Amino acid sequence: MSDLHYLLAVILVMALMTFLTRVLPFVAFRNNKDHHLLDYLGRYMPPVIMTILVVYSLQGVDISIPPYGVREFIAVLLTALVHWLWSNALLSIFSGTALYVFLVQSGLLL
Amino acid sequence: MPVMFGYIPLGMAFGVLFQDLGYPWYFAPLMGVIVFAGAAQFMAVGLLSAQAGLTEVAISTFLLNSRHMFFGLSLLKRYTARGLKKFYLIFVLTDETYSLITSTDTPADVDSVSYYMAITAFNQIYWVIGCALGAGLGAWLVFDTSGMDFALTALFVVLVIEQWKKVGEPWPFVLALISAVLALVLFRQHMLVTSIALSMIVLAYQAYRAGLRHE
Repeated sequence: MSDLHYLLAVILVMALMTFLTRVLPFVAFRNNKDHHLLDYLGRYMPPVIMTILVVYSLQGVDISIPPYGVREFIAVLLTALVHWLWSNALLSIFSGTALYVFLVQSGLLL
Repeated sequence: MPVMFGYIPLGMAFGVLFQDLGYPWYFAPLMGVIVFAGAAQFMAVGLLSAQAGLTEVAISTFLLNSRHMFFGLSLLKRYTARGLKKFYLIFVLTDETYSLITSTDTPADVDSVSYYMAITAFNQIYWVIGCALGAGLGAWLVFDTSGMDFALTALFVVLVIEQWKKVGEPWPFVLALISAVLALVLFRQHMLVTSIALSMIVLAYQAYRAGLRHE
């Protein structure tokens, strides 16, 4: 398989699986919109999943060796604080990422 | 709607990382059109560079995006459109679109389906532009991208804060943290599916108890 065929196959598989996750609830619960359990999960699963995703995206960080995840911690804290104060996603993501890039590339806190 | 502009720089970050893989630049916006999932696209950069098998790609995409299912659940009642419109709304449902739709009210003079369509379409346009710009720039300029993948973590942090402001109860976040840390310790390889399953069991139990109280 050539490189471009591989890339295309990956893109198509991802598109299909992503669409599947989006369409499933609409197909599965067409006729059953008032289920108590579904309401409950629909309300509380999004905050749970977002929180898990933060940890998931940071799982490559080894907190047992220097700099002990301090850079990630500081950048997460800044992102959260900026978003808490101004609720502007662009500003929050940009400031957090810029700080992290700076910390990594400058070698500070190593 | 200033929130949407978050998509352009994030899309650019993806485009730049994608360009580092050495594929033609136009595949980045193509992914933006047909996959349109920020987190999964960032993950794809890792999978592509590891030349991961298609099965692995399928499973990890499904798990990472399984959160969409729960967005869908809570939008069942809102998405009353039919036919092609509904297909499009579902096809491109994302974290950002979801949080916008659930945290803002439809202006009084517009019908809700048109409002959702507008939000969704603008979100996707911004994202595709971002992907194209990033990949295009990455092809022209060579610069150090290390640390830029933090944009994904930052996006999730932003979404957590949004949820925190909306939900107003700390326990779902505590539950998620405990599940995530437990899953990391127990099954590092399958951290995502383990932690989501753990939380769901607890939530289902809670829902069951709340249901008993109602009766």
